Amino acid sequence: MTEKAAMQALAQLVPLGSRVLDLGCGDGAMLDYLQRERGCSGYGVEIDDVNVLACVRRGVDVIQLNLDEGLALFDDHTFDVVLQIDTLQHLRNAEVMLRETARVGRTGIVAFPNFAHWPNRLSVLRGRMPVTRRLPYQWYDTPNIRVGTYKDFEVLATKNRLRILESFGLQDGQAVRWLPNARAGTAVFHFKGAGG
Amino acid sequence: MPFIATPQTMHFDEVLPLQSGASIRDYHLAFETYGTLNAQRSNAVLVCHALNASHHVAGVYAGQEKSEGWWDNMIGPGKPVDTDCFFVIGVNNLGSCFGSTGPMDTHPDTGEIYGADFPVVTVEDWVNAQARLLDRLGIAQLAAVLGGSLGGMQALSWTLQYPNRLRHAVVVASAPNLTAENIAFNEVARRAIVTDPDFHGGHFYRHGAIPKRGLRIARMIGHITYLSDDVMNEKFGRQLREGLELKYSTQEVEFQIESYLRYQGDKFSDYFDANTYLLITRALDYFDPARTYGGSLTQALARATAQFLLVSFTTDWRFSPKRSREIVKALLDNRRRVSYAEIDAPHGHDAFLLDDARYMGVIRSYFDSIAKELQP
Repeated sequence: MTEKAAMQALAQLVPLGSRVLDLGCGDGAMLDYLQRERGCSGYGVEIDDVNVLACVRRGVDVIQLNLDEGLALFDDHTFDVVLQIDTLQHLRNAEVMLRETARVGRTGIVAFPNFAHWPNRLSVLRGRMPVTRRLPYQWYDTPNIRVGTYKDFEVLATKNRLRILESFGLQDGQAVRWLPNARAGTAVFHFKGAGG
Repeated sequence: MPFIATPQTMHFDEVLPLQSGASIRDYHLAFETYGTLNAQRSNAVLVCHALNASHHVAGVYAGQEKSEGWWDNMIGPGKPVDTDCFFVIGVNNLGSCFGSTGPMDTHPDTGEIYGADFPVVTVEDWVNAQARLLDRLGIAQLAAVLGGSLGGMQALSWTLQYPNRLRHAVVVASAPNLTAENIAFNEVARRAIVTDPDFHGGHFYRHGAIPKRGLRIARMIGHITYLSDDVMNEKFGRQLREGLELKYSTQEVEFQIESYLRYQGDKFSDYFDANTYLLITRALDYFDPARTYGGSLTQALARATAQFLLVSFTTDWRFSPKRSREIVKALLDNRRRVSYAEIDAPHGHDAFLLDDARYMGVIRSYFDSIAKELQP
């Protein structure tokens, strides 16, 4: 989800001047944008060597870390916003990391591919796992090890006593607020932890 | 095409107070510089050396083949730390044996060779001495201080002792202090030297002796800890030096690894000073900036204002990634700017001196971004 419009739609959720932790920050494009356009500061966390290099190259502070090892480096509520953009679906401990997001940040923003998007449903109805622009992988080689829907996340959020501040779908860079579980390829949740 | 490096010496008459309470006067520092200091004097990079290195960081000496500096792959024209852009300074630390005042020099008070009487120097003392050299060179603020291992400790210490005199600290394969195991390795090395009958309590120069046996063993144990198990196995395995048959001897050199360690030990004992080895390992043992803050590295690093790049190597068990992450955490706690790369390299601690595309790429990119800040 590197499209500019989608990035901007997510960036709008980040208050100006926020201190941001971007978990799974990729090449640092989002943090770079937040720093330049919204006066934010903070760090990215990445596991991939190529992405770490890309971050350093563009002057985005990055910590090379495997998120599946947890966020022990970061103290409670030290960030205004913790981002997990297209990260959750790659994590073995997705639920733990969600709790960690709520611990470290005053708010969290999670975006991930919504498997209940109607083309995906159609594909499954036809008996095949979806392969789309948003989910370009075959079932046997996908890095998306957590397959969930917009609605599924609502349930997980309730289970972990997260307070959802705002949620919507994203499709072609546009917010989808009506029937997002069926009409959007990406689910977006902006939430607060129980203690935060 | 290697460039020619020219060693220089700066003499200091004034007394340098040392952390121990002792002091040293009438001393000199050997150093080299590469590149050109810009008009704003803003592009200087100080490179700090580790245990057995020197001010000869990059380039070669005129007419001397194979005299490349110890970090020649890292520093030079077009290299990750590009001397076409930066003015790079390498300094030999006090107590070393490569040109700066050390135990082999003459004590100005007694007229005798220092030997064991050379004062104990610390990382902090070295940084103070380096700062004085920069004063002389007219450099008020460094673009960066860069160091690996013990050199990384100096870079870290710079950010605490002179927070306003540097903008960036690049700390590679280093640690906020040594673990007990690490001090233990140093102690084995020191005992090997001190118990060598040729050591003469550190005044072996007077006796025309050199405690080579001790130095050899010190180097052998050091070498083991700089490599990873995997690399050692890959390089030497169980290979025998000659033939396929065991000799059933307890004293002959049979395995390749034995031969390699002996060779390294012999080479080292030919050029390294025994008292220097004791002094430098002691400086390593003592370094612990958190000590005066009740062990809190976070509190200790509150003084630091530089931007940091830290790099560690996954197979480095002497200065493990965990130790670098402690520094990262303390910087994060203080909301300092920091990037951290953990390079999955097989070579153990030695990796910081070797070519690895990811490692070199991160350092290059970081220095490129420092270079961009230099544009007026």
